Amino acid sequence: MPAILSIEALGKQYKSGHKALEGVDLSIERGEIFALLGPNGAGKTTLISIVCGTVTRSAGTITVAGHDIDHARREARQRIGLVPQEIALDMFSTVLNTVRFSRGLFGKAPDPAYIEEILRDLSLWDKRHARTMELSGGMKRRVMIAKALSHEPELLFLDEPTAGVDVNLRRDMWALVRKLRERGMTIILTTHYIEEAEEMADRVGVINGGRLLLVEDKDALMRKMGKRQLTLTLQTPLPAIPAELAEWSLVLAEDGLRLIYSFDAQAEDTGMPALLHRLSELGIAYRDLDTSRSTLEDIFVNLVEKAA
Amino acid sequence: MSGVNLHGIWAIYRTEMARTLRTIWQSVATPVITTALYFIVFGGAIGSRMSHVGGVGYGAFIVPGLIMLSLLTQSISNASIGIYFPKFTGTMFEILSAPLNAVEAVIGYVGAAATKSVVIGLIILATATFFTDVRILHPVWMVAFLLLTSLTFSLFGFLIGIWAKNFEQLAIIPSLVITPLTFLGGAFYSIDMLPQPWRTVSLFNPVVYLVSGFRWSFYGLGDVGVGASLGFTAGFMALCLIALAWIFRTGWRLKP
Repeated sequence: MPAILSIEALGKQYKSGHKALEGVDLSIERGEIFALLGPNGAGKTTLISIVCGTVTRSAGTITVAGHDIDHARREARQRIGLVPQEIALDMFSTVLNTVRFSRGLFGKAPDPAYIEEILRDLSLWDKRHARTMELSGGMKRRVMIAKALSHEPELLFLDEPTAGVDVNLRRDMWALVRKLRERGMTIILTTHYIEEAEEMADRVGVINGGRLLLVEDKDALMRKMGKRQLTLTLQTPLPAIPAELAEWSLVLAEDGLRLIYSFDAQAEDTGMPALLHRLSELGIAYRDLDTSRSTLEDIFVNLVEKAA
Repeated sequence: MSGVNLHGIWAIYRTEMARTLRTIWQSVATPVITTALYFIVFGGAIGSRMSHVGGVGYGAFIVPGLIMLSLLTQSISNASIGIYFPKFTGTMFEILSAPLNAVEAVIGYVGAAATKSVVIGLIILATATFFTDVRILHPVWMVAFLLLTSLTFSLFGFLIGIWAKNFEQLAIIPSLVITPLTFLGGAFYSIDMLPQPWRTVSLFNPVVYLVSGFRWSFYGLGDVGVGASLGFTAGFMALCLIALAWIFRTGWRLKP
Protein backbone atom coordinates (compact mmCIF):
# COMPACT_ATOMS: atom_id res chain seq x y z
CA MET A 1 0.00 0.00 0.00
CA PRO A 2 1.42 3.42 -0.89
CA ALA A 3 2.21 5.90 1.88
CA ILE A 4 -0.84 7.94 2.90
CA LEU A 5 1.10 11.06 2.04
CA SER A 6 4.20 11.40 -0.05
CA ILE A 7 5.87 14.74 -0.70
CA GLU A 8 8.82 15.11 -3.04
CA ALA A 9 11.03 18.13 -3.64
CA LEU A 10 8.30 20.53 -2.59
CA GLY A 11 9.06 24.20 -3.03
CA LYS A 12 7.09 27.38 -2.60
CA GLN A 13 8.10 30.90 -3.44
CA TYR A 14 5.53 33.61 -2.78
CA LYS A 15 5.04 36.47 -5.22
CA SER A 16 6.92 38.72 -2.81
CA GLY A 17 9.97 36.58 -3.49
CA HIS A 18 9.86 34.97 -0.04
CA LYS A 19 10.88 31.33 -0.19
CA ALA A 20 8.52 29.59 2.20
CA LEU A 21 9.55 26.02 1.38
CA GLU A 22 12.56 24.49 -0.32
CA GLY A 23 13.24 20.89 -1.30
CA VAL A 24 10.93 19.30 1.25
CA ASP A 25 10.68 15.49 1.09
CA LEU A 26 8.38 13.71 3.48
CA SER A 27 6.60 10.40 3.61
CA ILE A 28 3.84 9.69 6.11
CA GLU A 29 2.73 6.17 6.97
CA ARG A 30 -0.83 5.15 7.61
CA GLY A 31 -1.97 5.37 11.20
CA GLU A 32 0.89 7.45 12.54
CA ILE A 33 0.81 10.74 14.36
CA PHE A 34 3.36 13.06 12.89
CA ALA A 35 4.27 16.32 14.57
CA LEU A 36 5.75 19.08 12.50
CA LEU A 37 7.72 21.32 14.82
CA GLY A 38 9.04 24.73 13.99
CA PRO A 39 9.09 28.35 15.04
CA ASN A 40 6.60 30.85 13.65
CA GLY A 41 7.17 31.50 9.97
CA ALA A 42 9.05 28.22 9.46
CA GLY A 43 6.74 27.05 6.69
CA LYS A 44 4.50 24.66 8.64
CA THR A 45 1.20 26.19 7.57
CA THR A 46 2.40 26.69 3.99
CA LEU A 47 3.25 23.00 3.80
CA ILE A 48 -0.18 21.96 5.06
CA SER A 49 -1.97 24.50 2.88
CA ILE A 50 -0.28 23.23 -0.26
CA VAL A 51 -1.23 19.63 0.47
CA CYS A 52 -4.83 20.70 1.12
CA GLY A 53 -5.00 22.82 -2.02
CA THR A 54 -5.50 26.27 -0.52
CA VAL A 55 -2.06 27.51 -1.57
CA THR A 56 -0.40 26.86 -4.93
CA ARG A 57 3.07 25.30 -5.03
CA SER A 58 6.09 26.31 -7.07
CA ALA A 59 7.77 22.91 -7.35
CA GLY A 60 7.47 19.28 -6.39
CA THR A 61 4.94 16.45 -6.43
CA ILE A 62 2.48 15.32 -3.79
CA THR A 63 0.44 12.14 -3.66
CA VAL A 64 -2.23 11.16 -1.17
CA ALA A 65 -2.65 7.37 -0.88
CA GLY A 66 -0.96 7.16 -4.28
CA HIS A 67 -3.23 9.76 -5.92
CA ASP A 68 -1.50 12.80 -7.38
CA ILE A 69 -3.10 15.96 -5.98
CA ASP A 70 -3.26 17.49 -9.48
CA HIS A 71 -4.14 14.57 -11.71
CA ALA A 72 -6.39 12.78 -9.26
CA ARG A 73 -7.53 15.83 -7.36
CA ARG A 74 -10.84 14.41 -6.24
CA GLU A 75 -9.49 11.08 -5.00
CA ALA A 76 -6.67 12.84 -3.18
CA ARG A 77 -8.70 15.60 -1.57
CA GLN A 78 -11.56 13.43 -0.43
CA ARG A 79 -9.15 11.64 1.87
CA ILE A 80 -8.01 14.80 3.61
CA GLY A 81 -9.54 16.70 6.49
CA LEU A 82 -8.13 20.06 7.52
CA VAL A 83 -8.50 21.95 10.78
CA PRO A 84 -6.85 25.31 10.15
CA GLN A 85 -5.18 27.44 12.76
CA GLU A 86 -7.76 30.21 12.63
CA ILE A 87 -11.36 29.57 13.53
CA ALA A 88 -13.44 30.36 10.46
CA LEU A 89 -17.14 29.55 10.56
CA ASP A 90 -20.28 30.72 8.84
CA MET A 91 -21.49 32.44 11.99
CA PHE A 92 -25.19 32.42 11.06
CA SER A 93 -25.27 28.71 10.36
CA THR A 94 -26.17 26.16 13.03
CA VAL A 95 -23.63 23.60 14.19
CA LEU A 96 -25.52 20.75 12.54
CA ASN A 97 -25.97 22.57 9.24
CA THR A 98 -22.39 23.65 8.94
CA VAL A 99 -21.15 20.11 9.61
CA ARG A 100 -23.63 18.67 7.10
CA PHE A 101 -22.48 21.28 4.60
CA SER A 102 -18.87 20.16 4.94
CA ARG A 103 -19.80 16.53 4.37
CA GLY A 104 -21.72 17.40 1.22
CA LEU A 105 -18.98 19.68 -0.04
CA PHE A 106 -16.55 16.77 0.10
CA GLY A 107 -18.88 14.70 -2.03
CA LYS A 108 -20.39 12.40 0.56
CA ALA A 109 -24.06 11.43 0.78
CA PRO A 110 -25.79 12.54 3.99
CA ASP A 111 -25.27 10.21 6.96
CA PRO A 112 -27.17 11.56 9.98
CA ALA A 113 -26.00 8.70 12.23
CA TYR A 114 -22.34 9.41 11.54
CA ILE A 115 -22.77 13.16 12.01
CA GLU A 116 -24.52 12.51 15.32
CA GLU A 117 -21.64 10.28 16.40
CA ILE A 118 -18.96 12.89 15.76
CA LEU A 119 -21.01 15.66 17.35
CA ARG A 120 -21.51 13.49 20.45
CA ASP A 121 -17.81 12.60 20.51
CA LEU A 122 -16.96 16.28 20.48
CA SER A 123 -19.65 17.15 23.09
CA LEU A 124 -21.47 19.29 20.56
CA TRP A 125 -24.68 17.32 20.19
CA ASP A 126 -26.56 19.43 22.74
CA LYS A 127 -25.52 22.53 20.83
CA ARG A 128 -26.39 21.22 17.38
CA HIS A 129 -29.15 23.77 16.84
CA ALA A 130 -27.12 26.71 18.14
CA ARG A 131 -25.67 29.20 15.71
CA THR A 132 -21.92 28.93 15.63
CA MET A 133 -21.56 32.58 16.64
CA GLU A 134 -23.23 31.79 19.98
CA LEU A 135 -20.55 29.26 20.94
CA SER A 136 -17.47 29.71 23.11
CA GLY A 137 -14.01 29.71 21.54
CA GLY A 138 -13.34 26.13 22.61
CA MET A 139 -16.62 24.93 21.16
CA LYS A 140 -15.98 26.74 17.89
CA ARG A 141 -12.68 24.94 17.63
CA ARG A 142 -14.48 21.64 18.15
CA VAL A 143 -16.96 22.57 15.41
CA MET A 144 -13.96 23.10 13.12
CA ILE A 145 -12.81 19.57 13.99
CA ALA A 146 -16.29 18.14 13.42
CA LYS A 147 -16.36 19.76 9.99
CA ALA A 148 -12.96 18.31 9.13
CA LEU A 149 -14.09 14.83 10.22
CA SER A 150 -17.52 15.06 8.58
CA HIS A 151 -16.49 13.34 5.36
CA GLU A 152 -14.60 10.50 7.04
CA PRO A 153 -11.08 11.47 5.95
CA GLU A 154 -8.11 9.11 6.24
CA LEU A 155 -5.60 11.87 6.84
CA LEU A 156 -6.28 14.71 9.25
CA PHE A 157 -4.28 17.92 9.41
CA LEU A 158 -4.36 19.84 12.67
CA ASP A 159 -2.67 23.19 12.27
CA GLU A 160 -1.66 24.45 15.72
CA PRO A 161 -4.58 22.68 17.39
CA THR A 162 -3.80 24.01 20.85
CA ALA A 163 -2.48 27.50 20.14
CA GLY A 164 -4.16 29.90 22.52
CA VAL A 165 -6.16 27.15 24.17
CA ASP A 166 -6.48 26.67 27.94
CA VAL A 167 -4.95 23.70 29.72
CA ASN A 168 -8.17 21.70 30.02
CA LEU A 169 -9.04 22.09 26.40
CA ARG A 170 -5.51 21.10 25.46
CA ARG A 171 -5.87 17.87 27.45
CA ASP A 172 -9.21 17.22 25.74
CA MET A 173 -7.62 17.79 22.37
CA TRP A 174 -4.84 15.33 23.11
CA ALA A 175 -7.38 12.75 24.26
CA LEU A 176 -9.34 13.27 21.06
CA VAL A 177 -6.25 12.83 18.90
CA ARG A 178 -5.46 9.54 20.64
CA LYS A 179 -9.01 8.35 20.12
CA LEU A 180 -8.84 9.17 16.42
CA ARG A 181 -5.56 7.32 16.11
CA GLU A 182 -7.09 4.24 17.70
CA ARG A 183 -9.59 4.27 14.87
CA GLY A 184 -6.79 4.22 12.33
CA MET A 185 -6.70 7.89 11.39
CA THR A 186 -3.39 9.32 10.25
CA ILE A 187 -2.76 12.69 11.87
CA ILE A 188 -0.31 15.41 10.98
CA LEU A 189 -0.17 18.24 13.46
CA THR A 190 1.90 21.36 13.54
CA THR A 191 2.89 22.90 16.78
CA HIS A 192 5.47 25.06 18.38
CA TYR A 193 4.86 23.47 21.76
CA ILE A 194 7.49 20.81 22.14
CA GLU A 195 5.56 19.33 25.02
CA GLU A 196 2.74 18.58 22.63
CA ALA A 197 4.97 16.69 20.23
CA GLU A 198 6.44 14.74 23.16
CA GLU A 199 2.99 13.89 24.41
CA MET A 200 1.44 12.67 21.20
CA ALA A 201 3.67 12.10 18.23
CA ASP A 202 5.09 8.86 16.87
CA ARG A 203 7.48 10.78 14.68
CA VAL A 204 8.71 14.33 14.77
CA GLY A 205 9.84 16.57 11.94
CA VAL A 206 11.65 19.82 12.60
CA ILE A 207 11.19 22.56 10.03
CA ASN A 208 12.83 25.96 9.89
CA GLY A 209 13.36 28.51 7.16
CA GLY A 210 11.35 26.38 4.76
CA ARG A 211 13.61 23.34 5.11
CA LEU A 212 12.89 20.08 6.83
CA LEU A 213 15.91 19.73 9.11
CA LEU A 214 15.16 16.42 10.71
CA VAL A 215 12.58 13.65 10.66
CA GLU A 216 12.95 11.12 13.42
CA ASP A 217 11.18 8.63 15.56
CA LYS A 218 10.12 10.37 18.74
CA ASP A 219 11.45 7.61 20.99
CA ALA A 220 14.84 7.83 19.33
CA LEU A 221 14.76 11.54 19.87
CA MET A 222 13.76 11.04 23.49
CA ARG A 223 16.81 8.86 23.99
CA LYS A 224 18.96 11.66 22.67
CA MET A 225 17.31 14.11 24.98
CA GLY A 226 17.49 11.64 27.85
CA LYS A 227 21.05 12.79 28.62
CA ARG A 228 21.62 14.25 32.04
CA GLN A 229 24.65 15.97 33.41
CA LEU A 230 26.00 16.28 36.92
CA THR A 231 28.36 19.21 37.41
CA LEU A 232 30.43 19.43 40.56
CA THR A 233 32.25 22.64 41.42
CA LEU A 234 35.30 21.68 43.47
CA GLN A 235 36.85 23.56 46.38
CA THR A 236 40.37 23.02 45.11
CA PRO A 237 41.35 22.32 41.51
CA LEU A 238 42.34 18.82 40.50
CA PRO A 239 45.41 18.41 38.25
CA ALA A 240 43.92 15.30 36.61
CA ILE A 241 41.06 12.85 37.08
CA PRO A 242 42.17 10.34 39.73
CA ALA A 243 42.45 6.72 38.57
CA GLU A 244 39.93 5.71 41.25
CA LEU A 245 37.25 7.57 39.28
CA ALA A 246 38.03 5.94 35.92
CA GLU A 247 34.80 3.90 35.82
CA TRP A 248 32.68 7.06 35.46
CA SER A 249 33.92 8.66 32.25
CA LEU A 250 34.31 12.12 33.71
CA VAL A 251 35.38 15.37 32.13
CA LEU A 252 37.50 17.89 33.96
CA ALA A 253 36.82 21.50 33.04
CA GLU A 254 37.67 25.07 33.99
CA ASP A 255 41.29 24.48 35.07
CA GLY A 256 40.37 21.47 37.11
CA LEU A 257 37.65 23.24 39.11
CA ARG A 258 34.76 21.39 37.54
CA LEU A 259 33.95 17.72 37.24
CA ILE A 260 31.29 16.89 34.69
CA TYR A 261 29.54 13.53 34.62
CA SER A 262 27.15 12.74 31.73
CA PHE A 263 24.80 9.81 32.08
CA ASP A 264 21.66 8.24 30.65
CA ALA A 265 18.68 9.49 32.60
CA GLN A 266 16.60 6.48 31.54
CA ALA A 267 19.11 3.97 32.96
CA GLU A 268 18.17 2.18 36.16
CA ASP A 269 21.53 2.76 37.81
CA THR A 270 22.72 6.27 37.06
CA GLY A 271 25.96 5.75 38.91
CA MET A 272 25.50 9.11 40.60
CA PRO A 273 25.23 8.03 44.29
CA ALA A 274 28.25 5.75 43.91
CA LEU A 275 30.27 8.58 42.39
CA LEU A 276 29.46 10.94 45.23
CA HIS A 277 30.32 8.25 47.75
CA ARG A 278 33.66 7.59 46.09
CA LEU A 279 34.45 11.31 46.02
CA SER A 280 34.00 11.64 49.76
CA GLU A 281 36.13 8.54 50.32
CA LEU A 282 38.87 10.20 48.29
CA GLY A 283 38.43 13.42 50.26
CA ILE A 284 37.57 15.49 47.17
CA ALA A 285 35.42 18.32 48.49
CA TYR A 286 32.94 20.20 46.36
CA ARG A 287 31.06 23.39 47.14
CA ASP A 288 28.29 23.13 44.60
CA LEU A 289 26.38 20.45 42.76
CA ASP A 290 24.11 20.90 39.76
CA THR A 291 22.22 18.51 37.53
CA SER A 292 20.68 19.36 34.18
CA ARG A 293 18.62 17.55 31.58
CA SER A 294 18.96 18.21 27.87
CA THR A 295 15.49 18.46 26.39
CA LEU A 296 13.90 18.22 22.99
CA GLU A 297 13.83 21.97 23.29
CA ASP A 298 17.64 22.09 23.43
CA ILE A 299 17.92 19.81 20.44
CA PHE A 300 15.35 21.89 18.65
CA VAL A 301 16.97 25.21 19.46
CA ASN A 302 20.37 23.80 18.43
CA LEU A 303 19.04 22.61 15.10
CA VAL A 304 17.20 25.81 14.38
CA GLU A 305 20.19 27.96 15.29
CA LYS A 306 22.57 25.87 13.25
CA ALA A 307 20.34 26.20 10.22
CA ALA A 308 19.89 29.93 10.63
CA MET B 1 -15.40 8.79 -6.65
CA SER B 2 -15.75 9.79 -10.24
CA GLY B 3 -18.06 12.03 -12.22
CA VAL B 4 -19.60 15.15 -10.85
CA ASN B 5 -19.57 16.10 -7.18
CA LEU B 6 -23.35 16.43 -7.00
CA HIS B 7 -23.37 16.39 -3.20
CA GLY B 8 -20.92 19.28 -3.25
CA ILE B 9 -23.00 21.36 -5.67
CA TRP B 10 -26.14 20.65 -3.67
CA ALA B 11 -24.42 21.56 -0.38
CA ILE B 12 -23.46 24.99 -1.73
CA TYR B 13 -26.81 25.58 -3.43
CA ARG B 14 -28.78 24.62 -0.34
CA THR B 15 -26.64 26.69 2.01
CA GLU B 16 -26.93 29.73 -0.25
CA MET B 17 -30.70 29.33 -0.48
CA ALA B 18 -30.84 28.94 3.30
CA ARG B 19 -28.99 32.23 3.60
CA THR B 20 -31.68 33.84 1.46
CA LEU B 21 -34.44 32.37 3.61
CA ARG B 22 -32.75 33.63 6.76
CA THR B 23 -33.00 37.13 5.40
CA ILE B 24 -36.31 36.62 3.65
CA TRP B 25 -37.64 40.10 4.45
CA GLN B 26 -34.56 41.85 3.25
CA SER B 27 -34.26 39.53 0.26
CA VAL B 28 -37.81 39.64 -1.03
CA ALA B 29 -39.74 42.40 0.66
CA THR B 30 -37.23 45.12 -0.20
CA PRO B 31 -37.32 44.68 -3.99
CA VAL B 32 -41.10 44.22 -3.93
CA ILE B 33 -41.70 47.38 -1.91
CA THR B 34 -39.22 49.36 -3.99
CA THR B 35 -40.89 48.25 -7.18
CA ALA B 36 -44.34 49.00 -5.81
CA LEU B 37 -43.14 52.53 -5.05
CA TYR B 38 -41.93 52.93 -8.65
CA PHE B 39 -45.35 51.86 -9.89
CA ILE B 40 -47.12 54.30 -7.63
CA VAL B 41 -44.85 57.23 -8.53
CA PHE B 42 -44.04 56.61 -12.19
CA GLY B 43 -46.90 54.38 -13.26
CA GLY B 44 -49.72 55.89 -11.24
CA ALA B 45 -48.93 59.53 -10.46
CA ILE B 46 -46.80 60.55 -13.45
CA GLY B 47 -47.84 57.87 -15.90
CA SER B 48 -51.52 58.86 -15.78
CA ARG B 49 -50.57 62.18 -17.38
CA MET B 50 -48.35 60.60 -20.00
CA SER B 51 -49.32 59.43 -23.42
CA HIS B 52 -49.00 55.83 -24.47
CA VAL B 53 -45.60 54.61 -25.63
CA GLY B 54 -45.90 52.56 -28.80
CA GLY B 55 -49.51 51.78 -28.03
CA VAL B 56 -48.79 50.60 -24.47
CA GLY B 57 -49.88 52.50 -21.34
CA TYR B 58 -46.94 54.04 -19.50
CA GLY B 59 -47.56 51.99 -16.35
CA ALA B 60 -47.39 48.77 -18.35
CA PHE B 61 -44.51 50.06 -20.43
CA ILE B 62 -42.16 50.36 -17.44
CA VAL B 63 -42.89 46.84 -16.07
CA PRO B 64 -40.16 45.01 -18.04
CA GLY B 65 -37.61 47.72 -17.24
CA LEU B 66 -38.41 47.57 -13.52
CA ILE B 67 -38.10 43.81 -13.47
CA MET B 68 -34.80 44.11 -15.32
CA LEU B 69 -33.56 46.72 -12.83
CA SER B 70 -34.21 44.28 -9.96
CA LEU B 71 -32.79 41.31 -11.84
CA LEU B 72 -29.51 43.07 -12.47
CA THR B 73 -28.99 44.45 -8.98
CA GLN B 74 -30.24 41.31 -7.23
CA SER B 75 -28.20 38.91 -9.34
CA ILE B 76 -25.03 40.88 -8.81
CA SER B 77 -25.49 41.45 -5.09
CA ASN B 78 -26.56 37.85 -4.34
CA ALA B 79 -23.75 36.22 -6.21
CA SER B 80 -21.08 38.68 -5.12
CA ILE B 81 -21.98 38.42 -1.42
CA GLY B 82 -22.30 34.64 -1.74
CA ILE B 83 -18.66 34.24 -2.72
CA TYR B 84 -17.27 37.30 -0.93
CA PHE B 85 -18.61 36.21 2.45
CA PRO B 86 -16.49 33.04 2.68
CA LYS B 87 -13.47 35.15 1.76
CA PHE B 88 -14.37 37.63 4.48
CA THR B 89 -15.00 35.06 7.23
CA GLY B 90 -12.14 32.81 6.17
CA THR B 91 -14.37 29.81 5.41
CA MET B 92 -13.08 29.94 1.84
CA PHE B 93 -10.36 27.48 2.81
CA GLU B 94 -12.99 24.78 2.95
CA ILE B 95 -14.30 25.49 -0.56
CA LEU B 96 -10.74 25.56 -1.90
CA SER B 97 -9.71 22.35 -0.18
CA ALA B 98 -12.85 20.45 -1.17
CA PRO B 99 -12.86 17.92 -4.01
CA LEU B 100 -14.87 20.36 -6.06
CA ASN B 101 -13.91 21.79 -9.42
CA ALA B 102 -14.52 25.32 -10.64
CA VAL B 103 -17.57 24.44 -12.70
CA GLU B 104 -19.20 22.69 -9.75
CA ALA B 105 -18.54 25.60 -7.40
CA VAL B 106 -19.91 28.09 -9.94
CA ILE B 107 -23.04 26.00 -10.54
CA GLY B 108 -23.70 25.96 -6.79
CA TYR B 109 -23.14 29.66 -6.11
CA VAL B 110 -24.35 31.16 -9.38
CA GLY B 111 -27.26 28.73 -9.59
CA ALA B 112 -28.50 29.81 -6.15
CA ALA B 113 -28.06 33.51 -6.90
CA ALA B 114 -29.86 33.19 -10.25
CA THR B 115 -32.67 31.18 -8.68
CA LYS B 116 -33.28 33.92 -6.17
CA SER B 117 -33.26 36.58 -8.90
CA VAL B 118 -35.76 34.67 -11.02
CA VAL B 119 -38.06 34.25 -8.04
CA ILE B 120 -37.83 37.96 -7.24
CA GLY B 121 -38.44 38.82 -10.91
CA LEU B 122 -41.59 36.71 -10.92
CA ILE B 123 -42.79 38.23 -7.64
CA ILE B 124 -42.34 41.72 -9.08
CA LEU B 125 -44.21 40.68 -12.19
CA ALA B 126 -47.04 39.41 -10.01
CA THR B 127 -46.96 42.65 -8.00
CA ALA B 128 -47.15 44.65 -11.23
CA THR B 129 -50.40 42.99 -12.24
CA PHE B 130 -52.04 44.66 -9.22
CA PHE B 131 -51.10 48.10 -10.54
CA THR B 132 -51.37 47.82 -14.27
CA ASP B 133 -52.54 45.68 -17.13
CA VAL B 134 -49.61 43.46 -18.11
CA ARG B 135 -49.73 41.35 -21.25
CA ILE B 136 -47.04 38.91 -22.32
CA LEU B 137 -46.92 38.28 -26.05
CA HIS B 138 -43.99 35.86 -26.05
CA PRO B 139 -43.99 34.05 -22.67
CA VAL B 140 -41.31 31.55 -23.70
CA TRP B 141 -38.97 34.37 -24.71
CA MET B 142 -39.87 36.27 -21.56
CA VAL B 143 -38.78 33.29 -19.42
CA ALA B 144 -35.69 32.81 -21.60
CA PHE B 145 -34.62 36.44 -21.09
CA LEU B 146 -35.38 36.20 -17.39
CA LEU B 147 -33.17 33.11 -16.99
CA LEU B 148 -30.40 34.30 -19.28
CA THR B 149 -30.14 37.72 -17.61
CA SER B 150 -30.22 36.25 -14.10
CA LEU B 151 -27.53 33.73 -14.92
CA THR B 152 -25.31 36.19 -16.76
CA PHE B 153 -25.41 38.84 -14.08
CA SER B 154 -25.03 36.28 -11.31
CA LEU B 155 -21.84 35.21 -13.06
CA PHE B 156 -20.80 38.83 -13.24
CA GLY B 157 -21.60 39.26 -9.54
CA PHE B 158 -19.55 36.16 -8.75
CA LEU B 159 -16.60 37.80 -10.51
CA ILE B 160 -17.07 40.98 -8.51
CA GLY B 161 -17.19 38.93 -5.30
CA ILE B 162 -13.86 37.30 -6.13
CA TRP B 163 -12.32 40.60 -7.20
CA ALA B 164 -13.51 42.65 -4.20
CA LYS B 165 -11.10 43.04 -1.31
CA ASN B 166 -13.56 44.85 0.96
CA PHE B 167 -17.23 45.69 1.29
CA GLU B 168 -16.75 49.03 -0.42
CA GLN B 169 -15.44 47.42 -3.58
CA LEU B 170 -18.32 44.97 -3.37
CA ALA B 171 -20.85 47.78 -3.56
CA ILE B 172 -19.06 50.05 -6.00
CA ILE B 173 -19.89 48.35 -9.30
CA PRO B 174 -23.60 47.82 -8.61
CA SER B 175 -24.12 51.36 -7.31
CA LEU B 176 -21.78 53.34 -9.57
CA VAL B 177 -22.06 51.38 -12.80
CA ILE B 178 -25.09 49.13 -12.96
CA THR B 179 -27.76 51.37 -11.40
CA PRO B 180 -26.90 54.45 -13.55
CA LEU B 181 -26.69 52.32 -16.70
CA THR B 182 -30.07 50.82 -15.90
CA PHE B 183 -31.72 54.19 -15.33
CA LEU B 184 -30.22 55.45 -18.58
CA GLY B 185 -30.91 52.15 -20.31
CA GLY B 186 -34.50 52.79 -21.18
CA ALA B 187 -36.11 51.24 -18.13
CA PHE B 188 -38.49 54.22 -17.84
CA TYR B 189 -38.52 55.43 -21.45
CA SER B 190 -37.97 54.36 -25.00
CA ILE B 191 -34.65 55.61 -26.28
CA ASP B 192 -36.57 56.84 -29.33
CA MET B 193 -37.81 59.61 -27.02
CA LEU B 194 -34.25 60.92 -26.65
CA PRO B 195 -32.86 63.69 -28.84
CA GLN B 196 -29.71 63.04 -30.82
CA PRO B 197 -26.86 62.50 -30.03
CA TRP B 198 -28.13 60.78 -26.85
CA ARG B 199 -30.06 58.21 -28.80
CA THR B 200 -26.85 57.03 -30.47
CA VAL B 201 -24.87 57.27 -27.24
CA SER B 202 -27.47 55.05 -25.59
CA LEU B 203 -26.70 52.30 -28.06
CA PHE B 204 -23.36 51.90 -26.27
CA ASN B 205 -25.18 51.19 -23.02
CA PRO B 206 -25.38 47.41 -22.65
CA VAL B 207 -28.48 47.61 -20.46
CA VAL B 208 -30.45 49.07 -23.40
CA TYR B 209 -30.17 45.69 -25.11
CA LEU B 210 -31.34 43.79 -22.05
CA VAL B 211 -34.34 46.01 -21.38
CA SER B 212 -35.25 46.19 -25.04
CA GLY B 213 -35.22 42.43 -25.54
CA PHE B 214 -37.19 41.84 -22.37
CA ARG B 215 -39.77 44.47 -23.30
CA TRP B 216 -40.10 42.95 -26.74
CA SER B 217 -41.09 39.63 -25.13
CA PHE B 218 -43.93 41.48 -23.36
CA TYR B 219 -45.28 43.86 -25.96
CA GLY B 220 -43.51 43.01 -29.20
CA LEU B 221 -41.74 46.35 -29.34
CA GLY B 222 -38.11 47.11 -28.64
CA ASP B 223 -35.55 49.82 -29.16
CA VAL B 224 -33.17 47.39 -30.81
CA GLY B 225 -33.72 44.09 -32.56
CA VAL B 226 -34.37 41.03 -30.36
CA GLY B 227 -31.46 39.25 -32.04
CA ALA B 228 -29.10 42.02 -30.96
CA SER B 229 -30.46 41.73 -27.41
CA LEU B 230 -29.92 37.99 -27.28
CA GLY B 231 -26.52 38.28 -28.90
CA PHE B 232 -25.39 40.89 -26.43
CA THR B 233 -26.53 38.93 -23.37
CA ALA B 234 -24.94 35.71 -24.60
CA GLY B 235 -21.74 37.56 -25.47
CA PHE B 236 -21.50 39.11 -22.02
CA MET B 237 -22.09 35.70 -20.46
CA ALA B 238 -19.27 34.24 -22.55
CA LEU B 239 -16.93 37.01 -21.35
CA CYS B 240 -17.78 36.28 -17.72
CA LEU B 241 -17.18 32.55 -18.26
CA ILE B 242 -13.79 33.19 -19.85
CA ALA B 243 -12.78 35.43 -16.95
CA LEU B 244 -13.93 32.79 -14.44
CA ALA B 245 -12.03 30.02 -16.20
CA TRP B 246 -8.88 32.13 -15.99
CA ILE B 247 -9.44 32.91 -12.30
CA PHE B 248 -9.83 29.29 -11.36
CA ARG B 249 -6.84 28.22 -13.40
CA THR B 250 -4.52 30.78 -11.86
CA GLY B 251 -6.08 31.02 -8.40
CA TRP B 252 -6.20 34.82 -8.77
CA ARG B 253 -7.35 36.45 -5.51
CA LEU B 254 -8.25 33.00 -4.24
CA LYS B 255 -4.96 31.27 -3.51
CA PRO B 256 -1.61 32.77 -2.55
